[in-house]
Amino acid sequence: MSLHTISVLVEDKPGVLTRVAGLFAARGFNIDSLAVGPTEEPGLSRMTIVVNVESKPLEQVTKQLNKLVNVIKVLEHDPGDAVERELLLVKVRAEGEARARIMEICDVFRVRVLAVTHRTLTIEGTGMPDKLEALLELLSDFGIVELARTGRIALARGDRGIRERVQRGYAPRAVSAGGDEGWTGGGV
Amino acid sequence: MKVTGAQALFKALEGEGVDTIFGIPGGAILPAYDPLIDANIRHVLTRHEQGAGHAAEGYAWATGKVGVCMATSGPGGCNLVTALADAKMDSVPVVAITGQVPTPVVGNDAFQEADITGITMPVTKHNFLVKRAEDVAETIREAFHIASTGRPGPVLVDVPKDVLLQDTTWHWPERVDLPGYRPTTKGNLRQVREAVKLILESERPVLYVGGGIIKANATKDLFALATEGRLPVVTTLMARGAFPDSHELCLGMPGMHGNYTAVTAMQQADVLVALGARFDDRVTGKLAAFAPHAKVVHVDIDPAEIGKNRVADIPIVGDARDVTAKLLTELRRQQEERGGVPDRSAWLSTLSAWKERYPYRYDQPSDGPLKPQFVIERLYEHSRDAIVVAGVGQHQMWASQFWHFEEPRTWINSGGLGTMGFAVPAALGAAAGRPDKQVVAIDGDGCFQMTAQELATSTAEKIPFVTAIINNAYLGMVRQWQELFYNERYSQVYLSHDVPDYAKLAEAYGCVGLRVEHPDEVDATIEKALSIEDRSVVIDFRVDPFENCYPMVPAGASNDDIILGPEAAIPTEDPAEAPIA
Repeated sequence: MSLHTISVLVEDKPGVLTRVAGLFAARGFNIDSLAVGPTEEPGLSRMTIVVNVESKPLEQVTKQLNKLVNVIKVLEHDPGDAVERELLLVKVRAEGEARARIMEICDVFRVRVLAVTHRTLTIEGTGMPDKLEALLELLSDFGIVELARTGRIALARGDRGIRERVQRGYAPRAVSAGGDEGWTGGGV
Repeated sequence: MKVTGAQALFKALEGEGVDTIFGIPGGAILPAYDPLIDANIRHVLTRHEQGAGHAAEGYAWATGKVGVCMATSGPGGCNLVTALADAKMDSVPVVAITGQVPTPVVGNDAFQEADITGITMPVTKHNFLVKRAEDVAETIREAFHIASTGRPGPVLVDVPKDVLLQDTTWHWPERVDLPGYRPTTKGNLRQVREAVKLILESERPVLYVGGGIIKANATKDLFALATEGRLPVVTTLMARGAFPDSHELCLGMPGMHGNYTAVTAMQQADVLVALGARFDDRVTGKLAAFAPHAKVVHVDIDPAEIGKNRVADIPIVGDARDVTAKLLTELRRQQEERGGVPDRSAWLSTLSAWKERYPYRYDQPSDGPLKPQFVIERLYEHSRDAIVVAGVGQHQMWASQFWHFEEPRTWINSGGLGTMGFAVPAALGAAAGRPDKQVVAIDGDGCFQMTAQELATSTAEKIPFVTAIINNAYLGMVRQWQELFYNERYSQVYLSHDVPDYAKLAEAYGCVGLRVEHPDEVDATIEKALSIEDRSVVIDFRVDPFENCYPMVPAGASNDDIILGPEAAIPTEDPAEAPIA
């Protein structure tokens, strides 16, 4: 099992989230995180899905994702070849001398305090998932009251947008498996 | 032009060339049944929505056109689910139209409300909930496009009652624009060249032909490819009739109940060319032991099928007809370059020796009991040109084994989902779509009881067909497994020969009911049944309950461990080890 990050460009239509999530659920895969939002193009949304699964069954899911009529493009990101970020909000107990120590940690991690009460601090953290894990690990010593995370979002490095990219694992052999114009990953 | 949503629905269906719909009205779909009276479309009123769904499938199998079924909200749509799942598994183009409760109460647990788009999401190729009357025509257009192109499949269109009643302006979209739906149909030429090279270098090639060849109307190109390249052909359960059984290169059906030659040819092949086939577990047996020496060329329009079960050495995504035609052109070119067809006489003579030595076998004692295989052979002899429809179980396998298929679209069955009760309604649909053809349903007694009510539809709508019940008084395939794999501990499989009285039941439905208990009566009864043209006929063939279906590859076993059955010649050595002639 290993973590995979998949970006899915979809039409912004009712039910599309269920269709995408259903393909994972039907195979008993647990989605680690899922982030959805609008894109540069009106009418299109982008989902970023992180899933912990073997590569072979995942390939079947990405192919099935490609077949969904509302799915425009699927891209599994190469580890290290994408910029990835996540945002979290965390409320931490911060009474007495703990408050200064927490502020110090925030400085080191370059994260911001958004709200203060007599007993807590609410902190906004962004960054790579492993940085956020490290932050939470340190803050857990003080007592975390509540935590919300957006889930990971990712863009592949380089000049090209998602629509000009070829799905990893399909190249080079399987690309040539496509039509004369090259297989664009279009649905069936 | 001003129209209601319901009128737009039927104008759109007419625009798609629909001539027949199978369905049942109800509350939410009521507004659609009014303009139906004025539409130039035949509506066949089935007795159960599942029957409407399977009839639409049978119509699609037999005609190659999209089958259409219609039902109301809630229970109506829910009763379609099995047929939609069946159509999804067997890639049958079907459009289902369901009524829905009015939009203001959607989600309120209104009377006869069910979230049918939610329920059918995993069993349809796509589905739609139409929210405005102005979207009806475009949605129907898209539904037919999706159902019939790429890898065909079922599409459901759910239309709330108020949308059917709303006024709108008629507009018929010239073209369909679905940015996320662009099936790859043109096979890559470089891959085709590589594939042909591999075929010409092979010593023991086999064309592994699946249902995609029939769906793509590629049987003529397949025939030329096989005969000009001297390539033996296996036709899967979904592809019976894609290549004529009478041809010397035809090895027949592979798989769990396939014949020895087809199964073993694949096991020993050095190149397998899969054309519109999906390496289903019923064909491969234990996957790790399947065709261990073969390099695989896999042609399929669905990229998700390629590499799913078996790694393809040469994958080709494309429409089976396009790719088969390209393979043929390239084969001719490369064979000419090489100065002719490679010498495959050793392989072909091995195969024909196997065919001779290991045919399907059974023994019909002259004084009974009546054997199911004998019934099917006699049916075939009396109605060679018929369209044959089967349910699921032993009778289905015997029908596939003992009928001789020469033409595509003459064999209809439930392959992937294995839906008992498929035969009667699917035969109804096939007969509605092909009134010029004799339709014969070969059904089991268990299957028959699941959907027999559609005989009433057959009588009322004057859509006659013949149903041959292979009545062995048991859920026969399950009984066979309990005999072979559960130490003959029979659990919940006995149905009885005479409850119900099938002949009387047929008469009650307005059909002719006949019964055969002895081998001597078979021919005369079949002749009588086939002579009746104005009504459906049901023949209750009371056959030997303990006849088993062979050959058999037990579930999970290697195809090398095929069990030939008691009547088969005992091989002098393990046939799979036999030297290639």
